Amino acid sequence: MSAQSDLLLRGVRRARAAIAADLIGQLKTPRGWLTLVLRLRAFVALITIVVAFSVISSDYFTGSNLLVMTEHVAVVAPMAIGETFVILSAGIDLSVGSTAGLVGMLTGGLLNNGLILHPLGIVVWFNVPLVVLIGLGIGATVGAINGAVITKLGVAPFIATLGMLSVARGLADLRSNGNTFPDLAGTSQDHNTGFGFLGDGTILGISFEIWVLVLVIVVAAYVAKRTVFGRRVYAVGGNERAAELAGIRVHRIKIGVYVISGICAAITGLLITSELGAAFPDTATSYELNAIAAVVLGGTSLFGGRGRIGGTVIGAFVISFLNDGLVLVGVSSFWQLIAQGLVIVTAVAVDEAQRRRESRVAASVASLIEEVAQSNEKVLTA
Amino acid sequence: MTALQAGSVVLRAEGISKVYGSTLALHGVDFTLYRGKVNALAGENGAGKSTLMGILAGAIQPTAGRIVIDGEAVELDSPRTAGDRGIRLIHQELLLFPNLSVSENIFAGCELRSAAGVRLREQERRSAVLLEQLGQRINPRTVVGDLPVGLQQVVAICKALAQEVRVLIMDEPTSALSAREVESLFSVVRGLVASNVAVVYISHRLEEIIEIGDFVTVLRDGRLVAEAAVPDIDAHWIIERMIGHDPETLFPHESRPVGAALLEVSDVSLLRPGGNHRLDRVRFSVAAGEIVGLYGLMGAGRTELLETLVGLQPRASGQVVVDGAHVEHKSVGERISRGLFLVPEDRQRGGLVQSLSVKQNISLASLDSLQTFGSLLGRREVSNANRVATAVGVKVADIDFPVTSLSGGNQQKVVVAKALLTDPKVLLMDDPMRGIDVGAKTELYRIMQRLAKQGMAILFTSSDLTEVLGMADRIMVIASGRITGEFSRAEADAQAIVAAANPRAIPQAA
Repeated sequence: MSAQSDLLLRGVRRARAAIAADLIGQLKTPRGWLTLVLRLRAFVALITIVVAFSVISSDYFTGSNLLVMTEHVAVVAPMAIGETFVILSAGIDLSVGSTAGLVGMLTGGLLNNGLILHPLGIVVWFNVPLVVLIGLGIGATVGAINGAVITKLGVAPFIATLGMLSVARGLADLRSNGNTFPDLAGTSQDHNTGFGFLGDGTILGISFEIWVLVLVIVVAAYVAKRTVFGRRVYAVGGNERAAELAGIRVHRIKIGVYVISGICAAITGLLITSELGAAFPDTATSYELNAIAAVVLGGTSLFGGRGRIGGTVIGAFVISFLNDGLVLVGVSSFWQLIAQGLVIVTAVAVDEAQRRRESRVAASVASLIEEVAQSNEKVLTA
Repeated sequence: MTALQAGSVVLRAEGISKVYGSTLALHGVDFTLYRGKVNALAGENGAGKSTLMGILAGAIQPTAGRIVIDGEAVELDSPRTAGDRGIRLIHQELLLFPNLSVSENIFAGCELRSAAGVRLREQERRSAVLLEQLGQRINPRTVVGDLPVGLQQVVAICKALAQEVRVLIMDEPTSALSAREVESLFSVVRGLVASNVAVVYISHRLEEIIEIGDFVTVLRDGRLVAEAAVPDIDAHWIIERMIGHDPETLFPHESRPVGAALLEVSDVSLLRPGGNHRLDRVRFSVAAGEIVGLYGLMGAGRTELLETLVGLQPRASGQVVVDGAHVEHKSVGERISRGLFLVPEDRQRGGLVQSLSVKQNISLASLDSLQTFGSLLGRREVSNANRVATAVGVKVADIDFPVTSLSGGNQQKVVVAKALLTDPKVLLMDDPMRGIDVGAKTELYRIMQRLAKQGMAILFTSSDLTEVLGMADRIMVIASGRITGEFSRAEADAQAIVAAANPRAIPQAA
């Protein structure tokens, strides 16, 4: 019987040598086009969308339309970028749409009516930079509450932020009893003019929104990739217990990502409100779905620990360019919903397939390296 | 063995080999099961016991060899076909549904059906009969999660007995049981044997094998090394064959100078939610240059103790002093910066962040020293990670490779490298040798020796006698949350350690 297993062992060795040769071959030759397409799938999707709509409509691939579409991206992308941090930490933030709405209403109220201090009978007016800061502060507060409920009370992120989705929207309605703040222009004697610049202004001929987008991308990518906080977010999302054992204060990191998400949602809320020139209580309703879709399209894993800010940005472009294209060629909004849903599910399915593929190759290459190292050692010791 | 009649053999596994990827888990093993006997199987972790049992139970397909039942070669291609032949496996983790009732568990997968659905009443009635046969008074409607582990074991046995049983495989059935529960389990086993069932009994507790076993088979490194009738042998005989190789070659020990105590633990206690002690006034110290082994069976409190020391158990009481400084009220991170680091039991669960690269895993616990104003110092991270990775001999082409692409031994070295980067004074290692191959074990032990030589205090745990006997300068034994024995390397003796680790040998605490 032992002869039989010796034979087996020899067979195993031979098979291993064959696999090794094959892998080395794979590493040397350029990757197949399929692998390349899979890896750059979000880009490929974006290019496909642009090419397809350019063929259908001559108005799509024009400088002015591309700029308009990019402005649309600039409004949604900050929210999606904030959501990326939450999802990287293996959480989810469903409240970002409502947070944007709440920020819009509260800042709109400040510009329209000022802050009325009832007991003193006075009205305090804030200039636009202060109003913007207050708006960002409101977003941060909403995020901090989310984070505290999740970490200190142990409520699952899905539920905690689902609750906040409802509460923040309710507060937005409550602020004006469901009405709109129609005029955010401000007056010069109150020193609060200029809010419209956020949504309509340009610097060096490029819209302010796009500058904001660039700034948010650069800062977020830096935080994610080059800061201790960012690394810890990946660690907490990848394996919370290992993070804890490494001395990372997991609660702090989690609260941090929800604060970032709240601030980013506030940026989106401020941009929309400024662009519209009025604050509606139902601003940014269901935007959380677009944000999550952009994150997922960009290749960030909903299980946490894996993903990139750049991916989310491309994801936001894909969703925006797709929607705008469908509008441009006159497809009904119902079809837009269907298209968006199909794109998201397809993206995740492709993502899973590709991850399995890559981890297989990586594992075989690494085990090969170990074997080579071991046999080298044997040669050295012999 | 010649005295046995051929008719008493119920099952023979002949020349079983099993290949996993590039490792040979079983190497031409023959295994004979006798009807109405307790056939004990002994061997160290990784010796191939579970693989062999998986093959008998149809869960694993052998690469070579055959299984003969009643003189007829059979193919057990699934647990179902093995079950049809009367072979049932009770898994170590029991694999019950804690949210379902006793009777629902017993008949899970073989529900008694009628046109109107599952016959719950009939299931309960039959469950009660089965439980009665085992001498247990358990209400079949009780939710299994509410039962103590000993009774859950009984439920698992009933589940096996609900259908025809000829071979019952019990994988470490006593690992989580108290002394009294073990006694009642043994009477159940004797009852089964009396009704002509062939029982396969796997246990780390050799004295149990001696007590309940009729035949014993010893596996080592996937090979059959010895078979005997239990009356002819003793526990020492089994240990010798289990270990086989000289521990000195696996763990080349050298003595080191011992310095001042770096870790002093006193009166550390941890209560279960129920009020029992998980840890009971634990007191010990580890000195610079010392490698101390903490031996204990599963559930003895090894992991709880180490988790308490690093601050993962906020409800624990007692004092923990690292190099003269009290750390018992400090957070995990503060304890790390004081020089206390835990290499946890399960690499996958607590040691590694699978989604990060080798480098990012190594630097994870030292990020505070790799930053200015929150920004990572990329080059310093790379050079530091490379330095410790080289120091422990992580074999990887590029430290930017994903950590999951490494082998078990190499992954464990990454965890040790992560620990080293925090510059620890005391290194706690929970079962560091688990799931890594023999060569990697020797290498890891060399690293531990080198660190100790440099003045580190090392405390490791193990449930493997070879490891504690081979690696430790001093051995402490933990049982039921208490330190029940302490041996110097010179006086350490396998039987005394096993005796100290056995909860039954301990007088009940007042």
